[in-house]
Amino acid sequence: MASCKYAWPPVGHRGLIGQSISRIDGPAKSSGRAKYTYDVKLPGMLYGACLRSAYAHAKITAVDTSAAAKMPGVKGIRVIQGVGKEIQWAGDEIVEVAATTEQAAQDAVRAIKVEYQQLPFFVNEANLQKDQAASRTKPASELKVGDPDKAFAEDGVVIHEGHYGVPVITHCCLEAHGHATEWTGPKNLRTHSSTQGVSALPMQFAEALNIPSANVEVICQYMGGGFGSKFQMDRWGQYTALLAKDTGKPVKYLLERAAEQEVAGCRPSGFARVKVAARKDGTLTAWESECWGTGGPGPSGILPIPYVLDIPNRIRRHTFVSTNIGPSRAWRAPNHPQSCLLTMAPLDDLAAKLNMDPLELLMKNAHLAPENLGKVYREELQKAAELAEWSKLWHPRGEKTSGHLKRGLGVSFHTWGGRGHVSNCLFSIEPDGSVVAELGSQDLGTGTRTVIAVVAADTLGLPVGAVTVKIGDSRYPYDGPSGGSTTVGGVSASTRRAAVDARDSLFAAVAPALGVPADQLVAVGGTIQAKNDPTKRLSWKQACAKLGGRKIQTTGKNPGECMLGSSGVGGVTAADVSVDVETGLVRINRMVAVQDCGLIIDMKTAKSQCYGALIMGIGYSLFEEKIMDNITGRMLNPNMEFYKLCSLPDIGELVVHMMTGPGYDERGVIGLGEPPVISPGAAISNAVANAIGVRVPTLPITPEKVLAALAKGGVA
Amino acid sequence: MERFEYASPVSRKEAVGLLAETWGETEILAGGTDVLSRMKDYVSTPKRLVSLKRIKDLKGVHYAPGHGLRIGSMATLREIKVNTYVQRYYPALVDTANLIRSQQLHSMGTIGGSLLQRPRCWYYRLGYGLLAQYEGKSLPPEGDNRYHAILGNSGPAYFTSPSTFAPILIALEARVELLGPSGSRTIPLEKLFTTPTKTGEREHTLHPNEIVTEILVPPAGGIRSAVHEIRQKEGLDWALTAAAVALHMKDNTVRSARVVLGQVAPVPWDSQEAAHALVGKTLSEQVAEAAGKAAVSEATPLSMNGYKVQLTRVAVKRAVLQAAKGGA
Ligand SMILES: Cc1cc2nc3c(=O)[nH]c(=O)nc-3n(C[C@H](O)[C@H](O)[C@H](O)COP(=O)(O)OP(=O)(O)OC[C@H]3O[C@@H](n4cnc5c(N)ncnc54)[C@H](O)[C@@H]3O)c2cc1C
Repeated sequence: MASCKYAWPPVGHRGLIGQSISRIDGPAKSSGRAKYTYDVKLPGMLYGACLRSAYAHAKITAVDTSAAAKMPGVKGIRVIQGVGKEIQWAGDEIVEVAATTEQAAQDAVRAIKVEYQQLPFFVNEANLQKDQAASRTKPASELKVGDPDKAFAEDGVVIHEGHYGVPVITHCCLEAHGHATEWTGPKNLRTHSSTQGVSALPMQFAEALNIPSANVEVICQYMGGGFGSKFQMDRWGQYTALLAKDTGKPVKYLLERAAEQEVAGCRPSGFARVKVAARKDGTLTAWESECWGTGGPGPSGILPIPYVLDIPNRIRRHTFVSTNIGPSRAWRAPNHPQSCLLTMAPLDDLAAKLNMDPLELLMKNAHLAPENLGKVYREELQKAAELAEWSKLWHPRGEKTSGHLKRGLGVSFHTWGGRGHVSNCLFSIEPDGSVVAELGSQDLGTGTRTVIAVVAADTLGLPVGAVTVKIGDSRYPYDGPSGGSTTVGGVSASTRRAAVDARDSLFAAVAPALGVPADQLVAVGGTIQAKNDPTKRLSWKQACAKLGGRKIQTTGKNPGECMLGSSGVGGVTAADVSVDVETGLVRINRMVAVQDCGLIIDMKTAKSQCYGALIMGIGYSLFEEKIMDNITGRMLNPNMEFYKLCSLPDIGELVVHMMTGPGYDERGVIGLGEPPVISPGAAISNAVANAIGVRVPTLPITPEKVLAALAKGGVA
Repeated sequence: MERFEYASPVSRKEAVGLLAETWGETEILAGGTDVLSRMKDYVSTPKRLVSLKRIKDLKGVHYAPGHGLRIGSMATLREIKVNTYVQRYYPALVDTANLIRSQQLHSMGTIGGSLLQRPRCWYYRLGYGLLAQYEGKSLPPEGDNRYHAILGNSGPAYFTSPSTFAPILIALEARVELLGPSGSRTIPLEKLFTTPTKTGEREHTLHPNEIVTEILVPPAGGIRSAVHEIRQKEGLDWALTAAAVALHMKDNTVRSARVVLGQVAPVPWDSQEAAHALVGKTLSEQVAEAAGKAAVSEATPLSMNGYKVQLTRVAVKRAVLQAAKGGA
């Protein structure tokens, strides 16, 4: 095992791995040189725009594009959904046009006449009785383990029952979805797409356009947010390409903000009635839940509750609710944030009923988590408690001090897989000393480019700037889409394997000159030198010059030889909040994230992931909600004015601690995109309950809901 | 946005001459932070946009002892905020500017635009008209009215007056000078606002071919004033409710008071009840609390905005207590 040549270097032999290294594309991004899809401007390019349905549910009875077709600047029109088509959500695409300016395209859209036969719609699912009355429900299969009835009836158990929920939110990518697309031959397409999968998109375009997928080039050098919503070409992508074909010109269409909010992002909701029991000492014994949620017209995922903890006797029922709100998309840790709140909030309430510190309840039951997670949770809970000053600041429910500001603490834990995906790295060492890694991967802003450079540079004993990373283009070797926290494990492993092979080839090439066997050479500090005699050395440049004009080229794959990564992480979030009981305003004092992800390649980008996740978590806990109108069937906040996101003053102090060292490092690289965003909802909800002495059952925790909860009890 | 003509007059008179007699034909461009976004969303579709940016004598903040403050309608929020006289004699106006957490708005937004910006009602902004009508019925009462009016909301107007500056300026007894084709007139600021009763009417009494030229704030000696807003976010966000108070004190007793509420009614809401609860009283927590209660005694919340009653009560109480502590 330890002798595997690709294995990650052990502590003491790591040059860059695990250090805090700034993003290599930071300067390009902060100076504006980085070109995002939105910035792409191609010669003769036309602009796209879409006519979208004004109704949540309707049949199209007439489409008249004749006036639009005659307008100045209009070069192409494609009906996407014509007469007879049934629209299932407001904002759905009906016609796309291409014109010489954005304004001309929008003018044309407004000149198109569509007639609809309106049909009954349903857009708010929070009330299960109403969902059932509207015949919008479909039960999913039920899951039962042990004998919950008997366990609930056990003598002396304490039972808590409650109702909880997480509404539909949108992804709200700062860079909207979209493409700038051109045909470079009759059957050759090149598209600049804001995507989480440059290697996957060619197949989608090829199938939709009936061209060979090898003829499709997808480019995405920089990306302004996807969070799980950008795996698809999307219908507007297909029609942008068709309009480019029709007009013989490149066409760019990125969604307007309102469309982005209405149709391109939607995290399914989750609501549940929960009953949970524990013995007086806090041992969890039974769980029962009736859960429902919507992911738009089709079924969304079944929420895996109770989350993480396999309470011995449990039963869950799930009901899908179909609504006319637009289809759901994967949202950073699909199903987990909802499941986490629907579990950790009731457990926190149960702890209050048991007069127990919730931290203690979690410690006590952590062993119910699968595999080795219980141990990880206990370590992480301890660390989180320390960083949140739990023993000093925690108090039983409802801060008893006078004054209208009540402070409270809350905690939650979570899990995620994060095994590295399929990855291929083409790696070159040039005779002039250049080092290039090419992968058909993409950097969503998470630091993928930097991580690849760190792995390569560490392996070759070079500074991080010595490595050129080429990603974001489907002409590079196939790589998995960036979703489910799979990228870092994939690209770091393939790059490591390729870099080790390339390095060994270089050793072989320079061994004769140094008079040292190749297996006695090491690459450190920008030199190739004899392991036991540093005087026998060549600078990197001198070494590469020995290649005799031939470059070294290797490929590394994942999965592959040697265990370089694994799957399954823990993670704990603690929240420290103050609640104004007169106004219901919640302010974050501090958020603590304690997270493991195996071997950390770059401490800085790893921590950044956690900071970002905490901010996103605060956003969905306190502010975010896709607000749908029962009368018009439309989203009422398709903007960033009333679709509220955190701004800097709203986030408080963020503390991140990454678990490293023995027990963690030897697991290899594991993904980190999803896990830290899972627990903040539950942690904040629990902190609010701790502060005010009563549960605010659903997110987001608005002043209105806090006041409503206080009207029923708590400290007020 | 729709095609429009852009006019950039250099004098007040020329500007007035470029304005149409009926609403909708022309719009005024000050800083543009409101009107341009409405135009982009097709909520406002003027045929001509008349910019006031080149009219030099609409700018500036002036103070004269005995006369008070004269603010040109094109003065930016930043100009007001950094003015030494404003800082010395009208600190509540500085606090007010600081409630708007956006450097961009401070730089671009004008006081004229702040007073004459249009409501943020989401139905209005999504194109259902100021009175939010849909298939013959009024949307807010049955729809999502979480941010709508709790006072003066007997219909058909349910939106709220959005201006952060209007309440405090009214509380300080400000007047506005308007210029139209037949000359200028000066009215108390509260008279600039009205509740529309039918489609086509606006929430301002300004005539379509008038401009606001100046805002006149009387000397504030002996007045204690304060603003308190409740915003869900610490960062840029709309207030859920707002209260401005100005108290004329005699020794420790309130001689007269004005309490003006924002974000709760289609107009800045001059709460006689709250003022009444303060007059003749020595300020205390109880008196402030009573003023808050009085301010919402006539509130008629809609289905989803009952919480705003509580928030308004608290905002008034806190504004009174703040005024009691500070002020001249
Ligand atoms: C994200 C965001 C947040 C905001 N938050 C707040 C807030 O918290 N509080 C707040 O009060 N406002 C807020 N605003 C609204 C508003 O944009 C600012 O108040 C600003 O001061 C408006 O000034 P302006 O000069 O940009 O107005 P403009 O957009 O130029 O004009 C607004 C309206 O006033 C009319 N007008 C302007 N000047 C005159 C004049 N001299 N005579 C006659 N009519 C005139 C125009 O025709 C137009 O209809 C916000 C706006 C945005 C975009």
